[in-house]
Amino acid sequence: MWNYSEKVKQHFFTPKNAKAVDHANAIGDVGSISCGDALRLSLKVNPDSDVIEDAGFQTFGCGSAIASSSALTEMIIGRTIDQAMSISNQDIADFLDGLPPEKMHCSVMGMEALHAAVAQYRGEEVAEEHEEGELICKCFAIDDALIKRVVAQNKLETLEDVINYTKAGGACAACHEKIEWVLEECLGAPLAEPEPVKANPAGATSIVARIRIIEQTLEQVRPQLQADGGDIQLSDVDDDMVFVSLTGACSGCGLSAGTLAMIEQKISQALGETITVYPVGAASLA
Amino acid sequence: MSTLTTLTNQTELAYLDNNATTQVDQAVLQEMLPFLSEFYGNPSSIHRFGSQVGQAIEKAREQVQKLIGASHASEVIFTSCATEASATAILSAVEAFPSRKDIVTSVIEHPATLQLCQMLERKGYTIHWIGVDQRGRLDMEAYKAALSDNVAIASFMWANNETGSLFPIRGMAELAKQHGIVFHTDAVQVAGKLPIQVADSGIDLLSISGHKFHAPKGIGALYLRRGAKFRPLLRGGHQERGRRAGTENSSGIVGLGKAAELAMQSIEQDSARIKLMRDRLEMGLLARVPNCFVTGDPKHRVPNTSNIAFEFVEGESILLMLDQHGIAASSGSACTSGSLEPSHVMRAMEIPYTAAHGAIRFSLSRFTTEAMVDQVLAVLPGIVEKLRMLSPYWDVTTNQPASESFSPVYA
Repeated sequence: MWNYSEKVKQHFFTPKNAKAVDHANAIGDVGSISCGDALRLSLKVNPDSDVIEDAGFQTFGCGSAIASSSALTEMIIGRTIDQAMSISNQDIADFLDGLPPEKMHCSVMGMEALHAAVAQYRGEEVAEEHEEGELICKCFAIDDALIKRVVAQNKLETLEDVINYTKAGGACAACHEKIEWVLEECLGAPLAEPEPVKANPAGATSIVARIRIIEQTLEQVRPQLQADGGDIQLSDVDDDMVFVSLTGACSGCGLSAGTLAMIEQKISQALGETITVYPVGAASLA
Repeated sequence: MSTLTTLTNQTELAYLDNNATTQVDQAVLQEMLPFLSEFYGNPSSIHRFGSQVGQAIEKAREQVQKLIGASHASEVIFTSCATEASATAILSAVEAFPSRKDIVTSVIEHPATLQLCQMLERKGYTIHWIGVDQRGRLDMEAYKAALSDNVAIASFMWANNETGSLFPIRGMAELAKQHGIVFHTDAVQVAGKLPIQVADSGIDLLSISGHKFHAPKGIGALYLRRGAKFRPLLRGGHQERGRRAGTENSSGIVGLGKAAELAMQSIEQDSARIKLMRDRLEMGLLARVPNCFVTGDPKHRVPNTSNIAFEFVEGESILLMLDQHGIAASSGSACTSGSLEPSHVMRAMEIPYTAAHGAIRFSLSRFTTEAMVDQVLAVLPGIVEKLRMLSPYWDVTTNQPASESFSPVYA
């Protein structure tokens, strides 16, 4: 069980404002039942003063999701919309005397619900799902815009941080590489311009850089494989092991060992280190 | 002074998480204590300090032999846990049959098997992941189709740790034999709960764990059929006749032996009594709480386990509120484990998200009492109702789900 603060427990066991506000003029919905947590925030805002006169929440989720929702309503009642909008997810976590790192996404959910409700109140057009950016995490339907926003607001630096704060990448892990790219972009590391594949005498540094070089090498050989009715996908990189799946005509081809040897040589050359390429099945645990 | 809060002498506590771990039986503890104090010799030593410990280990081996119905005590190897036992089984087969590059297992295995097979898959082995239906029953046609002379080992759990559902292990082992495939079963959730007779089965290897049936944590065993081709996982000393190097966990082994003996003495009476309590708990909850259902195979499962999915509520919230009432259970949901998705077992059974997040496992033992069951029946319906009242997916005015409810159809 998580080590929750007394205040989290207090707001979980005896939540405040757990209701749908009567005659609400601002409603924000975030999350979904498939994601394991969802929050509907309803507000009654005085249109003359922009003061939030009442706030209520309905939450499906874990202890910290319910506590974060309760805390949020306590924090915003009596404030103007502008004052409420200055609240960050960290403020919600601080109000609760902290959340476990793995539960910070619950505070982000509160902040997102508030933004959605205010957007509705202001009559702003809310972007269609993922209209803002590229869908990164399919399991939890999280796009790069949300990741970038949360990374900036919370000064996140690692993949683990992003998972804890957004849930992106918290399930099947297939998007971890993409998240690291987004993270790298946020942190200002060089990106975008595809670098020519060249030998790296010092050995490639970060895992992201190594994966990019491996991907570029595979891109080079791909047309040749596709011309023969096959293809190749990068499956995993673990230390000096590169796992790929051969598909189409390449899968089960009698010459696949030679193909893999060629790819191994090219990747080794590009990375400037000796690696081994292992074939794996395309299908795994879905 | 210990910083741990003592849980003893608090009669209101209800521990219903016995598939996670069990209370060490006092008789087991008493048997172990001398091996943590006066009998400290190394069993490999030839002097009397060692030999008396060695004799105790051989007695424990015979006790475990009887629990699993093995023909020979020497077919039992002691390990540190069931994870080690299962890893030994699978990696032994892979090494012993290097020309066979396929492995057959299921998608609902314990992570001890799942992650090992995923690692082997990355190394180039072909893993046949056999699926299950909504009740958690193995796709037997897919299983049969996966068996071939290329398969080194078929490894399947006997009972699922979340739902308690049983795979037809004996029949599966016989099918594997037709292709000369080593057959291993992870019997962690069966040992001590149902009778096991490996001697007349096609099972070659079988893993058990002590702490699942009132022995301490950190001790397990692997049954290895005499004559089966075997390669040790741990090499070094000559312990366990060279099949598992490493100085023996003497006290743990003695405890495991005693726990096996105790289980053998009362397995039928305990199982019958536990099943009655389990069924009363289950039927009571189903009657008192709308929109919930039992997951897994209600007809074919171990007698101590009930996994109930409560729709439109999230498991961790239920567990927190149960804990406040002194009740310990378990959730296949996400948040408790640090993972964010419902368990792979719920996903494999295609339990919809509306219910999978709210699946709660109750697992009983011979120390479970009727009062504990009453306690759950008294508080859980109110907890579910309270959480549903908080949920955007529940219509408080009609006290009905706001979205479509799931009604499992079990063919």
